[in-house]
Amino acid sequence: MTEALTEPQTGPQAEPLLRVENLRKYYPFTRGIVFVTKVGDVKAVDDVSFTIAAGETLGLVGESGCGKTTTSKLVLNLEQPTGGRVLLQGKPIHGLKGEARREYRALVQAVFQDPWASLNPRMRVGKIIAEALVVTKWGSRSEIDHRVVELLVQVGLRPEHALQYPHEFSGGQRQRIALASALASKPKLIVLDEPVSALDVSIRAQMMNLLKDIQESENVAYLLVAHDLATVRHMTHQVAVMYMGQIVETAPTEKLFEEVRHPYTKALLSAVLPDHPDHRGEEIVLSGEVPSPMDMPPGCRFHTRCPFALPECVTHEPALREITPSHQVACHLYSDP
Amino acid sequence: MNGNIALEVRDLHTHFFLRRGVVKAVDGVSFTLHRGEVLGLVGESGCGKSVTALSLMRLLPNEAARTVQGQILLEGEDLLTKSKRQMRQIRGRKISMILQDPQTSLNPVFTIGNQLSEVIDTKGAGRGKSVMQQAIEVLRKVKLSAPEQRVHQYPHELSGGMKQRVVGAIAMHRGPGVLITDEPTTALDVTIQLQYLNLLKELQQDTDMAILFITHDFGVVARMCDRVAVMYAGRIVETGPVRDVFNNPSHPYTQALIASVPKMQRSAARLHTIEGQPPVLSDLPAGCRFEARCPYAEARCRAAYPDSFTVGAGHAASCWRLEPA
Amino acid sequence: MRKLPWVSILIIGGMVFAAIFAPYLTPHSPIEQTLPDKLLPPFWEATGSTKYILGTDIFGRDVLTRLLYGARVSLIVTALSLLVGGGVGLTIGIASGYIGGRLDSLLMRLVDAAFTFPAILFALLLAVTMGQGLDTLVVAIGLLLWAGFARIIRGEVLALKQRDFVALAKVHGCSELRIMVTHILPNVMNTFMVLVTLNVGAVIVAEASLSFLGAGIPPPTPSWGLMVAEGRGKISSAWWLSLLPGIAITMVVLTFNLFGDWLRDRLDPKLRQL
Repeated sequence: MTEALTEPQTGPQAEPLLRVENLRKYYPFTRGIVFVTKVGDVKAVDDVSFTIAAGETLGLVGESGCGKTTTSKLVLNLEQPTGGRVLLQGKPIHGLKGEARREYRALVQAVFQDPWASLNPRMRVGKIIAEALVVTKWGSRSEIDHRVVELLVQVGLRPEHALQYPHEFSGGQRQRIALASALASKPKLIVLDEPVSALDVSIRAQMMNLLKDIQESENVAYLLVAHDLATVRHMTHQVAVMYMGQIVETAPTEKLFEEVRHPYTKALLSAVLPDHPDHRGEEIVLSGEVPSPMDMPPGCRFHTRCPFALPECVTHEPALREITPSHQVACHLYSDP
Repeated sequence: MNGNIALEVRDLHTHFFLRRGVVKAVDGVSFTLHRGEVLGLVGESGCGKSVTALSLMRLLPNEAARTVQGQILLEGEDLLTKSKRQMRQIRGRKISMILQDPQTSLNPVFTIGNQLSEVIDTKGAGRGKSVMQQAIEVLRKVKLSAPEQRVHQYPHELSGGMKQRVVGAIAMHRGPGVLITDEPTTALDVTIQLQYLNLLKELQQDTDMAILFITHDFGVVARMCDRVAVMYAGRIVETGPVRDVFNNPSHPYTQALIASVPKMQRSAARLHTIEGQPPVLSDLPAGCRFEARCPYAEARCRAAYPDSFTVGAGHAASCWRLEPA
Repeated sequence: MRKLPWVSILIIGGMVFAAIFAPYLTPHSPIEQTLPDKLLPPFWEATGSTKYILGTDIFGRDVLTRLLYGARVSLIVTALSLLVGGGVGLTIGIASGYIGGRLDSLLMRLVDAAFTFPAILFALLLAVTMGQGLDTLVVAIGLLLWAGFARIIRGEVLALKQRDFVALAKVHGCSELRIMVTHILPNVMNTFMVLVTLNVGAVIVAEASLSFLGAGIPPPTPSWGLMVAEGRGKISSAWWLSLLPGIAITMVVLTFNLFGDWLRDRLDPKLRQL
């Protein structure tokens, strides 16, 4: 199975499971109370493109406000894009109606960060898991009940848990319930928005192992939104690092961590806390904070914090370009091949 | 009386008396914090680490929570015998605290300068300077950018990292000998977390302050601490110098916890996991509290709580397997 | 956690019991007149008789009997108008909060308008045009209630729809209507129940006021407000006619409010500022 993941079964020309093309999401911001005028746009997601192959995991990494969660909401069709397209199996997902929309909903599911907010406290666990099946009229009642039991067992819970309410479970168990409900309709893609960061350390490992096992058995692709590089390294096949609405570096996971190029990725990497007191790598401490998205710096958006900024970084925005095969970086430091 | 000890906690018990029973959140915690030392108190949520911190500050959240036993010796004096008024004098001056969420630590209706003025001394050392001048100096110490403007701003105008710096400035301004930090960087972004940890370390080394660093993250411990105490279900199960604990974790819980974190250096196909859940604090077993989840559990683990056995210099763990033959 | 409010529960229980079993609790009729026995004071007064424990009114009807039957009218009116007014408010609150946008602006302006309306005047108008009766009373009180319900429920829904489980319901493919019914509604029921109990007192007072003003249940059906009104002229000579139903109203309103406070603390501490 692992070989199958590194070597796509279909040819390189084949359409990937998910293709995101030049995706943009701008939120207008206004001034005034009586006379409201639009002052500009907050570019939450600004020209983002990536693909996810079937059965693979893409990690979307960045700090809060970098646009990774907005991107995931666009992929989930919970937000309408300002520009660009999201294609699932070659078909655009926004503006779908009727049967096509139902089909898309069955194929793309999600697990969110906070297991205390993502389960309806007034619904029994069985009903929560069955919801996607009930609304898509997946089968008869007994077939659905059967599937719920199957899912509970698959995520490591017991069939009788179906009759209980969410408050009777711990955080880790709730996240398993959330995963079971995401798996119900046999999706091809699950958006995982910080799926383990709200869990206790000893529970995180269980959840990560479970996610990997399920990927192997169901051949489901993940879009993993995360801020912790160690988790990302452990979980993903491909990584895209985002800063202020844009992808600044993307590469296959092993490749990226072998030779990190973009100064921001380097800073993120050195901010990962050591797993032993003697492990201290190169330390890049960024000065200052992420600028306000209402006041986007000109040129490279990272130049205000970058320790290696060049004169052209202030004036010209670097494009995302391939510097070695399949490794793309948006940085002037690598503009000369 | 050892002059090198900043804070000594002896056999601390803090219980919550609820209608459904007594929750033993802190159940016999002892440790020493030396001057100029950073001691990490690590554990998962519900292990009692935050309640320990609040007990030390005598700031337990409600009537139901009471420290029923133990001693908290700050500079040789037991804080549990102090009156409320005496404690108000001690807090902030001798022992101080930084909490997890900077959002709720600052009052939203006052400017930063206003909040700082509460800790600024206008009579003694600071005589002759205006409160605002002093507030600016205080902010400069925590390396907040543009302090002249910040003193006039309200908390909502600052980012989380900046707010946490202000909180730190308030906590450390009066030069407390002991600082308790309860997950101070959990709400911050990773690059901001690194800035903040560096700042704390720097200020700590300048002032020779002792820090009790409460966290769930072994990475923070590896980065920040000189010694570490691992807490599980209301008790400290292992304590020792950071390097020794990382090189030779002796309690099965510590071993499992360190192994379950994904590593940056090498990637493994599967992570080590700890099965099961911690025990309910209102219904604790008589024996070792980790016994139900421990891969090495034996009969004697069920029978009695293990003594603390020394495994190295200043390194001890509570596990029967360590009992000398 | 506060203890169960036993006193409130006992009084409310007693009232419900009286309302249901009124015909079996008293030998008298609440309507039939016994003119020879008119204006008898309660039994502890010198001229009182134990035949009429709490005295009689100007038509010789037993005051206790009328109080018991009056409880029945009060409860029916309260239940129906809370059902109508609360139900409308709940529906509007959910729709307004969840759907948002233009609909929300429109409905909330309606709510604002309802708050500025002199409710009693409107009820009087209604009584004149529709005629006195139970249905008029229920509609009038319902109109008085819905806006308050709608505003609070809407606030609750605005917070709820930001919760992740609502986003996940969309991801699962639920329709908007289904989300409102299966995800939003059950989560505002606690608040709704608290609002209902906290409003019982207000409704009983409103019913009494409207009956007092002659816009309520038409005589001779006994209602507490009507009884206060009828005894008003004789307050100096026959104090019991107005005072006893007045005491009944005060006690029941107080009791329901205490119970509502307890329920609010129990179910929905967020609403403590109400």
